[in-house]
Amino acid sequence: MVLENTIHFVNPPIMKTHTRVLISISCVLMLSAYILPLWHILLDAPQYPEGLEMKIWLNGLSGSIDQINGLNHYIGMKFISVDDFKEFKILPFVFGALTLIGIAAGIAKSRKLLWTWFIGLCLFAIVGFSDFYMWEYSYGHNLNPHAAIKVEGMNYQPPLFGYKQLLNFTAGSLPDTGGILVGLGGVLAATALFYKPRISPNKIK
Amino acid sequence: MKFSPYKLLVPALALLAGSTIYGCKPGKAGSSVDADAAQKVYVAPGKYDEVYAFLSGGFSGQVAAYGIPSGRLLKVIPVFSQNPENGYGYSEETKPMLNTSHGFVPWDDSHHPELSKTNGEDDGRWLFINGNNTPRIARIDLATFKTAEIIELPNIGGNHASPFCTENTEYVVGNTRFSEPLDNNKTDNSIASFKQTFKGAVSFVKVNKDNGAMNLAFQLIVPAFNYDLAHAGKGPSHDWIFFTCYNTEQAHTLLEVNASQRDKDFIMAVNWKKAEELIAAGKGTKISAKYAHNVYNEKTHAATSVMESETQTIDITKFPGLVYYMPCPKSPHGVDVSPDGLSIVASGKLAAVIPVFSYQKMLDAIDKKQYDGMVEGNIPVLKYEAVLRGEVKKPGLGPLHTEFDDKGYAYTTMFVSSEVVKWKLDNLEIIDRIPSYYSPGHLSVVGGDSKKPFGKYLLSLNKITKDRYLPTGPELAQACQLIDITGNKMKLLLDFPTIGKPHYAQMILADKILKNQVKFFKLEDNKNAFATKSEKDTKVVRNGNRVDVYMTAIRSHLAPDNIEGIKIGDEVYVHVTNLEQDWDVPHGFAIKGANNAELLVMPGETCTLKWAPGLAGIVPFYCTDFCSALHQEMQGYFRVSPAGSNVPIKFSIGENPVTQ
Repeated sequence: MVLENTIHFVNPPIMKTHTRVLISISCVLMLSAYILPLWHILLDAPQYPEGLEMKIWLNGLSGSIDQINGLNHYIGMKFISVDDFKEFKILPFVFGALTLIGIAAGIAKSRKLLWTWFIGLCLFAIVGFSDFYMWEYSYGHNLNPHAAIKVEGMNYQPPLFGYKQLLNFTAGSLPDTGGILVGLGGVLAATALFYKPRISPNKIK
Repeated sequence: MKFSPYKLLVPALALLAGSTIYGCKPGKAGSSVDADAAQKVYVAPGKYDEVYAFLSGGFSGQVAAYGIPSGRLLKVIPVFSQNPENGYGYSEETKPMLNTSHGFVPWDDSHHPELSKTNGEDDGRWLFINGNNTPRIARIDLATFKTAEIIELPNIGGNHASPFCTENTEYVVGNTRFSEPLDNNKTDNSIASFKQTFKGAVSFVKVNKDNGAMNLAFQLIVPAFNYDLAHAGKGPSHDWIFFTCYNTEQAHTLLEVNASQRDKDFIMAVNWKKAEELIAAGKGTKISAKYAHNVYNEKTHAATSVMESETQTIDITKFPGLVYYMPCPKSPHGVDVSPDGLSIVASGKLAAVIPVFSYQKMLDAIDKKQYDGMVEGNIPVLKYEAVLRGEVKKPGLGPLHTEFDDKGYAYTTMFVSSEVVKWKLDNLEIIDRIPSYYSPGHLSVVGGDSKKPFGKYLLSLNKITKDRYLPTGPELAQACQLIDITGNKMKLLLDFPTIGKPHYAQMILADKILKNQVKFFKLEDNKNAFATKSEKDTKVVRNGNRVDVYMTAIRSHLAPDNIEGIKIGDEVYVHVTNLEQDWDVPHGFAIKGANNAELLVMPGETCTLKWAPGLAGIVPFYCTDFCSALHQEMQGYFRVSPAGSNVPIKFSIGENPVTQ
């Protein structure tokens, strides 16, 4: 058959079943980014024993944003508003395109596409975290000089990952369920690419 | 022989010693305080109490919510009395709540809290409470702990036998403590015409099962006795409700003597289901009656008062089978129905026994017409022996009220002998007694009047305090005691003072209320006509001598905060909307020299303070609830100009660079 032959020509039939299983699981995990939050920022203070939380999704923000803005006005931080982030308009498409490459790699049994996908995911992570860091830096440093509370030398940049004390608040920045699943998906993608199971000697014959 | 007086000393001293040993006052019971009391009432910091107790405030007109077992006061819920602390009854939104046919009555005497019930169990939705003085029933919403509705009851004198509810809160009832001529009797009656012209009226207030809305469904016109308390049947006795009546002598003067002559007064058994059917069949008679019906709307954050003009009545003498009387010794006070709905426990406050009536025997006596005379010609009095299940013998002195636990025991307060007595419901034997400090009236067991009592805790609500706490001059707080009823012997755990008079209380497991708690009101749902939902919409509008200030409050400023153009002679309505949308961020609002009160505005709520400035000059206003680190900055100024001056309305707030 012509089609089959063509595919065989482009992709030497070297992709094993386990690789394709890993790719499909990875893609399913990646899709969770559309229904689960990726990241969250937690704020704890003596007056907020219940904590304040901002969840970051592929296409927006949720959680106690109004309360956080209400508190941030004391230190002169810019109001957080979803509309300010162009990222949320682009991200669902970029990430969707990436996942499609993964799916294509699995269907076409193409290691080339698998490489493309893996590199794309790495770039996505690097660009994503850099962008996140830039926003955090911007919010933490660009403070209104007329703010009621001014502490010499203090910036309010939340941590990229982990916890940090900001005045009376303990700020935490951690992956949320979607982020964990996507991360796991990335690990599986890498495994699919690099993991070669040892072929048992008696099968060589 | 020489007489020595010293020799006489020996027998004298012996006599003295003997008399100190044997002449002691008869033994008092040892301490009834539980050895582990401290541990049992200790609720660690940050932990919640297991139970909510709702205590009526008596002459304070309010209801207080306490945590049990700690006895910590959680909130005073303003109901019938104005509360300057948060503006209840002073703000334009809440003033209509206290409207009555007598005009504005900003106080009352609140007696009996009653939790709403579903299938005879406390459901944690609403708390009803009666206004004893100007007859009213209030409904408190337990999601917000706010008074949601107050309905006045016409045709009655003191609404004491109220607001007890039927098994599914189909109705809450009211009845008169002071019989009087019906409201539509406009004759200038003499007091001596009591027997001819005075009447009682059993009010049935229908409660909407979805939203709790009340309406006066009908009133049964009953003989002019004093009606004291009531409890509805449950389970098999679902269709009935029982009232105590005293002063069946129908005295109108010196009742302490003249109303205590008869050996027996009555328990009045009313078949409310039958009454309901009669009304549905159009057998009621509409009569004119004027009574206020006040409803607080949670969306507009404002109350409206409607003056109703008629009520439906049923003359019980015209409908045989609706009402029966059961004789009860000596001025009965409490009437309580056992959890299974089969026993009716009544307490004659001057009686030496506690009679326990049988619902089944009552039905049999009705069937067999075992009558012992008639009241008003044709309302049967059932034979005491025919309806009696048994008597609790020698319970103590002055039995008043009974509640039940989950293990088949009943607990009755003894006013005169100042104790709570525990007895077994099946064999009517006394098990234990514990002193009260002093003279208990009502008592409360968790779920103790419901179909499924929880037991564990009992509150003794006392009438006399004396030496229980550090003295505070002649006027003392009133007392109640928490008693552990888990064991065979009752154990005293805690003794704590209360607001007003803790007339009666109801206790409910906290979980049933916690799950419905509202933390703040959604600003987007605020439908108040004067709500300002954004700072940019704030304004000041003059219309003749009426000035409306549309103000917002958010940490940490009031907007606008500089207002000019107010003149002496103006009526200023300051409508404050709290823009916060977070838990526990109320803002207060107070104006120097305001003649009414301050406001406490919950997040998302709008409240209005009416202010008639009396002196020209600069008048500061500010937030009274320490809301934030910059609370002390949350302030502003009115400029009040002399009458007739031409200062234009002007309002502003400084540029806030941070929030732009």
